[in-house]
Amino acid sequence: MLGFAVRRLMQAIVVLLVVALLSFSLFRFVGDPVNMMVGIETSIQEREALRERLGLNDPIPVQFGRFVVKAAQFDFGTSYQFHQPVSELFAKRIPATLELSFMSALFALAVGVPMGIYAGLNRESRLSKLFLSVSLVGISLPTFFIGILLIFLFSVTLQWLPSYGRGEVVKIGSWWTTGLLTWSGLKALIMPSITLGLYQMTLIMRLIRAEMLEVIRTDYIKFARARGLPDRIVHFRHALKNTLVPVITITGLQLGALIAFATITETVFQWPGMGIMFLQAVQNVDIPIMSAYLLLTAFLFVVINFIVDILYFLIDPRLRVERA
Amino acid sequence: MKTKSLIVAAAAFVGLTISSAQAETLKFAFQGTLNTLDPYSLNETFTLSALGNTYEGLTRRNEKLEIEPSLAESWEVIEPNRWRFHLRKGVKFQNGNDFNAEDVAFSLKRLHSEGSDLAKRVNADVKLEIVDDYTVDFVLPSPNPILPYEWDTWYIMDKEWTEEHDAVAVTSASDTTPNYAALHANGTGPFKIVSHEPGVKTVYEKYDGWWDKPTHNLDTVEFTPIGSDATRVAALLSGELDMVYPIPVQDVKRVEDNPGTRALIGPELRTIFLGMDQMRDELLYSNVKGKNPFKDVRVRKAFYQAIDIEAIKSKVMRNLSTPSALMISPFLFARSDEFKRFPYDPKAAKALLADAGYPDGFEVGMDCPNDRYVNDEAICQAVAAMLARIGVKVDLNAQPKAKYFAKVLASGGYDTSFYLLGWTPGSFDSWNILDNLIQCRDEKGKGGAFNLGGYCNKKVDELADEILVENDQTKRDALIAEAFTISNDEVAHIPLHQQALAWGVRDGVEVAQRADNQFLFRFVTKK
Amino acid sequence: MSDVSSKDAKGPDAPPGLVARIIDSDMFHSFLRSRITVLAAIGTLILFFVAFFAPLVAPHDPFDLASVSILDARVPPFWMEFADPRFPLGTDDQGRDIISAIFYGMRISLIVGFCSVFLAAALGITLGLIAGYMGGRVDAVIMRIADIQLTFPAILIALLVDGAVHGIFGTLNREVFSFWILIFSIALSFWVQYARTVRGSTMVEKNKEYVQAARVIGIPSSTIMIRHILPNVTGPVLVIATINLALAIVTEATLSFLGVGMPPTQPSLGTLIAIGNDFLYSGEWWIAIFPGLALALLVLNVNLLGDWLRDALNPKLR
Repeated sequence: MLGFAVRRLMQAIVVLLVVALLSFSLFRFVGDPVNMMVGIETSIQEREALRERLGLNDPIPVQFGRFVVKAAQFDFGTSYQFHQPVSELFAKRIPATLELSFMSALFALAVGVPMGIYAGLNRESRLSKLFLSVSLVGISLPTFFIGILLIFLFSVTLQWLPSYGRGEVVKIGSWWTTGLLTWSGLKALIMPSITLGLYQMTLIMRLIRAEMLEVIRTDYIKFARARGLPDRIVHFRHALKNTLVPVITITGLQLGALIAFATITETVFQWPGMGIMFLQAVQNVDIPIMSAYLLLTAFLFVVINFIVDILYFLIDPRLRVERA
Repeated sequence: MKTKSLIVAAAAFVGLTISSAQAETLKFAFQGTLNTLDPYSLNETFTLSALGNTYEGLTRRNEKLEIEPSLAESWEVIEPNRWRFHLRKGVKFQNGNDFNAEDVAFSLKRLHSEGSDLAKRVNADVKLEIVDDYTVDFVLPSPNPILPYEWDTWYIMDKEWTEEHDAVAVTSASDTTPNYAALHANGTGPFKIVSHEPGVKTVYEKYDGWWDKPTHNLDTVEFTPIGSDATRVAALLSGELDMVYPIPVQDVKRVEDNPGTRALIGPELRTIFLGMDQMRDELLYSNVKGKNPFKDVRVRKAFYQAIDIEAIKSKVMRNLSTPSALMISPFLFARSDEFKRFPYDPKAAKALLADAGYPDGFEVGMDCPNDRYVNDEAICQAVAAMLARIGVKVDLNAQPKAKYFAKVLASGGYDTSFYLLGWTPGSFDSWNILDNLIQCRDEKGKGGAFNLGGYCNKKVDELADEILVENDQTKRDALIAEAFTISNDEVAHIPLHQQALAWGVRDGVEVAQRADNQFLFRFVTKK
Repeated sequence: MSDVSSKDAKGPDAPPGLVARIIDSDMFHSFLRSRITVLAAIGTLILFFVAFFAPLVAPHDPFDLASVSILDARVPPFWMEFADPRFPLGTDDQGRDIISAIFYGMRISLIVGFCSVFLAAALGITLGLIAGYMGGRVDAVIMRIADIQLTFPAILIALLVDGAVHGIFGTLNREVFSFWILIFSIALSFWVQYARTVRGSTMVEKNKEYVQAARVIGIPSSTIMIRHILPNVTGPVLVIATINLALAIVTEATLSFLGVGMPPTQPSLGTLIAIGNDFLYSGEWWIAIFPGLALALLVLNVNLLGDWLRDALNPKLR
């Protein structure tokens, strides 16, 4: 187990390095940062001087080396747009994004899992079919469109929920902020979480249904039933547990996807997270923020995958034989 | 341990809501972000407008954009090359420091230092001489009648404060440590910035020690950037915000019809126009090889006459635009009503094309921003469709402004054949147009740096030089009219229109909508 | 697993009995049994037909700029005041006929969707099988590549690829480039799902008796992977593929919203929604809602078919 963990850690570092290199070499194509940093009337000479000062004229390997050495010390440089250290900017934005992703995942699981189990166990029931159809309609519209429709309905027409922002946030510790402790903060979370979690909810529901359908037909379940175990135990202790390997894989992946797709939701609801900051950075060619964002998501993904792999070990004993 | 800090935090939060409930607060949103508080970092309308509530220049402009005294009480031209400014006495910066001539001298030096994006506000060869604590002279190498026209956005900083916080150098992106002045502000203006989270929220509070008598009744102002048009409009319609700008032209009616909100419409000074590459011997993006069709004035005129500007006005801009015959707003040039557009006439356009040797038209690539001007991409699409009717096939390349500007401006090597651009003369004066958009340039951009198509007529350049030093207004206007007549007849550009400003305001909130799109809180009252 | 070998045996003389066999098959029976599936199949066929034969079915050619007039902009659908009989579902902000734009747009959306899903699935399944079956270092390398891939959301890939392509080839033929950029970007961001799912199932599957037995009797690894493991992992893959087809179309729409999708002169269904989005508050709802409905209908039908296919193909559910 320890050896496995160490090996994965080494791999993780390689992953992060490759991500850094890839993003760095590709960023050159996104646009010219100097154009975004200065006004339209700035002369070419001044632009060239700024480019030189930023080190944008150095060879790519040099720029990359400089970036890695600094990143290792948690210094991602200064944002071109905000003139502030990128690490500080991210520290302020991370709580918003994580809170939103967490609430979306919670929504997706809390709604998706029971619906999936029900639809799997009652394959032919009308309610199951309704679940399947309705969830399909939900994912057949793009996120931004759903978000705007929700705003139109609940903010503009009914005026129940706020259309933008996090509401009042409470500071916990030195840098974490949360909207979970205030009424307006909770209200502000509802629409973005649903918008972001809708797709994941559908996916989880359908996956659980599919796995349940398979598992309850296996000999193992038939045998458990034949032994006279009550349905509840068969369904939840035996059947559900066996559906978990693919579900965990997908959920783990989707947690990462949630963070990545938060960019769109954050844009629609003006959610002050790191996704919207990243998107602004792309539009304004703010390379330090883009690099840091990529490394940060890479880091989160690696961590999530690591946890998923450990969970595999714990849930499916058969996998242990292979590694040991 | 966590619980304890939570309770403290919750208590603090409760306290906050109670205290803020009594004050008059204005909440507003703009589509872009306020990235830096350093007044010399970025020459961009919104940044300067937002900082104009905290900082002040020697002059300022009122609701009608007329120049009036601000930190300078008066000024005079004592010799043709020497301007004297008498500074206002008793003005205090928001940190309590006194304002005096030293601060002006310091601000000029900082304005011209490395990294400043506003260095052109005062020409580099202008010298400042301190006469006494409250009098300064600006010494010019040659007369310049429009010297202080842009000084309303040259904000004066406090020498002591800036030095004390080690912020003498202008914030530049290459700084590894954040510049104090990028995150804090200390001006003489009616509002001080109490908290600033770039891209999230900026909070202003009334400055009680302001030298002028406030006509506003605000205590607090909260600014939130909201990039999505739909969300911004929704936040106004739902009553969450008191004011948002800009609102898309198509939503003006909705904002008007919605009980409790209204739209403010006004003319903007920016002129939207089309340009054509007249410099290269062969176009970069065209199926015409070996020659450049845009070098032929008949082709340029054909393009001009193929465009149905009234259809663009009514259908794309929903009547919120003013078709323009000139490259400058009629508000900024007294004789502009003497100029007329070439009439829309597709038949004539087709005949002109045939005359020029393109009876079946040709293909050309067009560059267009899609997030810079009002309905920019829709205008380009409409233009493409109109040109299709005279046989010209337009390959439209609409991009976000970062990529668009990187491609078409000097830094991208003027990589375009046909483009849409907008321009507001920063000095509100025609010379700025001639200097930037119409004057000849070389490949590197020396000369008219934003004359992307490279139109060139030596006569116009000579007129521009005369206009710069001419002090007599009537003579000056005659020279300007002559320059515009030449460049119009030669179709240097195809002017389209001045777009309208569209702001959304909640009932009970009175604001002044300035034609330069600056939103200043000192003109706001809230009931 | 007997049907695999029996199919092989009958392989050469299959053509004469093919139709009869299909009609006689379990799949066809289950198809006819489910009314909703039949409806979905008909719906899908109709949508595919109008999409692929758009130039023949559509009343106008919305991509032909010379036939589009801005003066026809924002005409409402037929039952409303100021409607124009030429445009039954109204026109968009440029004066394009909505119903024609939907047909043409659906064609682009479908092609983008199919190509990217196919590309993603082919790549993902291959790598997932190899990783899961081989294990060890090969597995580690492939899965680490997957990790790297995951950190690049489709949006970013599209932005980067878009920039790179324009950097290399310039900006002419934007329509063609945008199309391939979309397919590659979406496929690149999707393959990992297949790889990880297939790998997970393969790891479980390969320890089962039948695989070990096959290995013992000396069947080569590639044959085991394709013949024995692949059929057993198709269930989750099909679920992902059907949802992915929908997601690919929706992702394309999102990319249009961000300005890196199909250009508005060659709009896909998603581009149409993104355009119409700006006119929701101003009362011209039809510009966004009709393409939205078309998209929802298309995705719903495809998914319903996918659902049925998934259950019908799964031997464990019979």
